[in-house]
Amino acid sequence: MGVPAGAAAYMDAATAVPLHPVAAEALVAALADGWADPSRLYAASRRAQQLSEAARAAFAEALGVRPDEVSLWSSGTQAAQAAVLGGLAGRRRQGDTLVHSAIEHSAVLHAAHRHAARLASQGPGFSTPSVGPGVGNGTAIEVGVDRLGRLDLGAWDEAVKAPGVALASLISASHEVGTVQPVAAAADYCAEAGVPLYVDAAQSIGHHPVPPGWSMLSASAHKWGGPPGVGVLVVRKGVRWISPYPQDDLYRPGATGALDLPAVVAAAASLRAVLAEARAEAVRLSALVDRIRERVAATVPDVEVVGDPADRLPHLVTFSCLYVDGEALLHALDREGFAVSSGSSCTASTLRPSHVLEAMGVLSHGNVRVSLHRGTTPEEVERFLSVLPGIVQEIRKEAGM
Amino acid sequence: MITLDCLGQKCPLPVIALAKQIRNVGIGEKVRVLADDPAAANDIPAWCRMKDQEYLGSPEANAFEVRRVS
Repeated sequence: MGVPAGAAAYMDAATAVPLHPVAAEALVAALADGWADPSRLYAASRRAQQLSEAARAAFAEALGVRPDEVSLWSSGTQAAQAAVLGGLAGRRRQGDTLVHSAIEHSAVLHAAHRHAARLASQGPGFSTPSVGPGVGNGTAIEVGVDRLGRLDLGAWDEAVKAPGVALASLISASHEVGTVQPVAAAADYCAEAGVPLYVDAAQSIGHHPVPPGWSMLSASAHKWGGPPGVGVLVVRKGVRWISPYPQDDLYRPGATGALDLPAVVAAAASLRAVLAEARAEAVRLSALVDRIRERVAATVPDVEVVGDPADRLPHLVTFSCLYVDGEALLHALDREGFAVSSGSSCTASTLRPSHVLEAMGVLSHGNVRVSLHRGTTPEEVERFLSVLPGIVQEIRKEAGM
Repeated sequence: MITLDCLGQKCPLPVIALAKQIRNVGIGEKVRVLADDPAAANDIPAWCRMKDQEYLGSPEANAFEVRRVS
């Protein structure tokens, strides 16, 4: 696409955060030290085992849980799907209904679709295929959100206390619009109904505290500045979780096969570092997001800044520009050196508008999500705000508006 | 009532057509937009809200009606 007109400014932290310096350091060290299979009976293996246990302990400490409640997966998506399918499988005797918000990450929605898939065996003339637990023939109930993207707690309460609910799933904060979800209240309703709550905290960990009360929680190292390819799942003691996948010989919840141990070590080290600076960074980034929210609304006509203006993630802001093609907008911003993402259908692999924007009933075209990280400077934000109105105006002019 | 055939057009084209053509009907009159882009069902009501027009609903698949009120 050629050389950007301005200095490159990466503003898509909600997709992936650049590697934290602590993660980079730990990764290089662990590549030299943690390459062996941790399950063998020799010195190199014991060293890998030590690193693995130390990483698990660091995750446990950072998340305020016990080390044996932490399992490691090869991505945030994999951890989220293991939570949903394993949580459902563990509660098969209690029911087969999954309650989830309408704004879950697509990883969770795909797991929900699989759970609710009507198997061919239900049609006439088909025999019942042998399928694993939690696969197909279940029910998935979706609970909506308001215009700001906040869960409808009344509908949530009704849904989780209905008979046959095995599991409830709620994203901690919207990955598309930043609105923080009422996790504590949703957890209370789940506790009253005796239903375990799974919280997908991928966007919150390292940015915003997640209240207690959940039974399972997952996160993704990629979203806090760790390396890609590390997902963390916490299953609290007393929560019944059954692997939805074939297991290996280790009999411990987690991805089967070898973990990327150097990446796991780097993820654990960086999480600790990120949490130590999280409070200060949240204040700094939140002020930059406030500036974006105010200036975009003031300088771009016919724009809708979406999501809760106050009760939101500190680093993420989303807006939609009327009459603007989202893909054209992303390309124009890329030419100026800005990496941002969009929930508009023309930019989606599915060619459908974002299910989150749809659930909120807000404009989906001309959509831009800006998400900041520890490397984001006020100068970058200023330059973004100075070029955006002209770019939007130019695209509208080409469309005859 | 005027009908805008935006079938086969990707968003935001149906919304752009609506914004341009609604000036050609009197206040209180209706515009029907035919659009099959999956974003239209979401973005036409959202446009009405942002531009203070009245969204009347979708009388049939891929059809959306709007009343000009301002």
